[in-house]
Amino acid sequence: MTRAARVLGALLALTLPFWLQNPYYLHVVIMAGIFGVLSLSLNLLLGYTGQLSLGHAAFFGIGAYTSALLTLSLAWPVWPAMLAAVALTALSGWIIGRLALKLRGAYFVLVTISFAGVVSLVSVNWMELTNGPLGLPGVPAPALGPWSLRTKTAYYYLVLAAVALSYLVCARLVNSRIGRAFLALRENEPLAESVGVDVTHYLVLAAVVSAGLAGLGGSLYAHYTRFVSPEVFLFTYTVTMVIMVVAGGKGTLAGPLVGALLFTALPEALRLATSWQWQMLAYGVLLLLLVYFLPRGIVPALRGLRGRRAS
Amino acid sequence: MNGLVLGGTYALLGIGLTLIFGLMNVVNFAHGEFYTLGAYAAFATLAGLGGGFVAAVLGAIVCGALLGGLTERVLLRPLRGESIDTTMLVMIGVWIAMQNAELLVWGGVAKSIPHPFPTEPLVLGPVAIAPLRLFVMALAAGLIAASYLLIHRTKLGRAMRATFQDAETAALMGVKIARIHTVTFAFGSGLAAAAGALLGPVFLAYPSMGDLAALKAFSVVILGGLGNLPGATLGGLLLGIAEELGAGYVSSGYRDAVGFVIIIVVLLFRPSGLFARQERIG
Repeated sequence: MTRAARVLGALLALTLPFWLQNPYYLHVVIMAGIFGVLSLSLNLLLGYTGQLSLGHAAFFGIGAYTSALLTLSLAWPVWPAMLAAVALTALSGWIIGRLALKLRGAYFVLVTISFAGVVSLVSVNWMELTNGPLGLPGVPAPALGPWSLRTKTAYYYLVLAAVALSYLVCARLVNSRIGRAFLALRENEPLAESVGVDVTHYLVLAAVVSAGLAGLGGSLYAHYTRFVSPEVFLFTYTVTMVIMVVAGGKGTLAGPLVGALLFTALPEALRLATSWQWQMLAYGVLLLLLVYFLPRGIVPALRGLRGRRAS
Repeated sequence: MNGLVLGGTYALLGIGLTLIFGLMNVVNFAHGEFYTLGAYAAFATLAGLGGGFVAAVLGAIVCGALLGGLTERVLLRPLRGESIDTTMLVMIGVWIAMQNAELLVWGGVAKSIPHPFPTEPLVLGPVAIAPLRLFVMALAAGLIAASYLLIHRTKLGRAMRATFQDAETAALMGVKIARIHTVTFAFGSGLAAAAGALLGPVFLAYPSMGDLAALKAFSVVILGGLGNLPGATLGGLLLGIAEELGAGYVSSGYRDAVGFVIIIVVLLFRPSGLFARQERIG
């Protein structure tokens, strides 16, 4: 991206609530931001280390529940609860990473799915803690000193800050020695190992950061919708994240954000046009089309286009 | 007893999935949807056309096999040789699309499938079992036996086994790999549909029923080792019984957790499955 485009993009993001008056549109953008955090998180694993986790909804859900329970049952303020949510998901990412990253390919995928399944069943069945399928209503909105961040505009800036933070974390990580180790693992694991890359160490690190970011997304979601139910563990969330990452371009930093924006806005647009079932059907078909026609994603495709024109 | 009824159908699901994985190296996330399809096909045959139960199961197998063959031919064949992640994403797409197509066609309300058996339980000594369940168990056992015969006694089965062991050598010997792949996928999907047709009348038919079924199929396959047929059969029976015991002794809410826990524990401690003699692909 050129410098001018970057500045323009940043200005656009910062002033968005002033010219986007319709609260519904702002809601869509906020959701896109939350999904942006989630996609960045998944991309760290899928795009940079090449491990497909289909259990990311678990981290999202754990983050949402931690935040909701701490603020509701223990009356914690929102900010420490958010931090605790990130810490707890990072910890569960560490545990799952230590256990599951011995496995590769389909086996790893299945363990992550099962993990999400178990957590989801616990959320439904552990009535005393989670209130079961009824969920937890009345999660408080965050406040900044005396100001409540209850309005959509305020929350938009909070989410924007979270997206920027996640982006910076990913960018720092990816453009460091660690990021190069990730890529080496993705491209050729035995070779990377033979030149001294500690495979498990780096993969677990990726899992921890990725899980923590997903937890942040979950916490943001909980304090935005102010309601948490076992639905946060739905496999649909995981699939949505995967689609966003793959469509945007895995292994690029901008890709997940583009994917998140596109695939939050698109279903909403489809919803205006058709019923919910058609929307999901179109989603499935779209995923198929993407794999066939844009296997590497939108951002790399655009870059390729520009590269060809320049040469 | 109920464990055996469940286990037989789980075994059918697992055999289909394990064949597809072992032969084609495709992780078939849409497997559960073929199971759902089978249940609805059985519903259509029994309630719509007024056929018998056996006809319903056959109808389901034909439907599943046709659609499965079509899926392989159109979607998977162009991707042969692509990485396992790519085909996995494609199958996730098929899964979402099929599930919502089913929702569109049949609606979200669960349907109870009528069956021609009396509901009075049959008492055989110390056990009581509903005739329907007994019949389901018998048919499942028959279908498992038929699959074994197909794979071990026919020319097609020999070609399938050859492809499984070494696709390139098999191709050199004149086996048409592409056709074997289509047949395998159709066969696996047919078995999944049969499982759906068998279990559909025992429970209810609804569009998302396949999600759990797919999960069960995966646990069965992992229990038995990916690509291992006898393993899948035994794994199915074991899972069925383990679930009944889990539901009975722990809590029925956690019945479906048994499958997840099995996947995690087996993969962590014996990744090649409980019954594996040698290391397999993966």
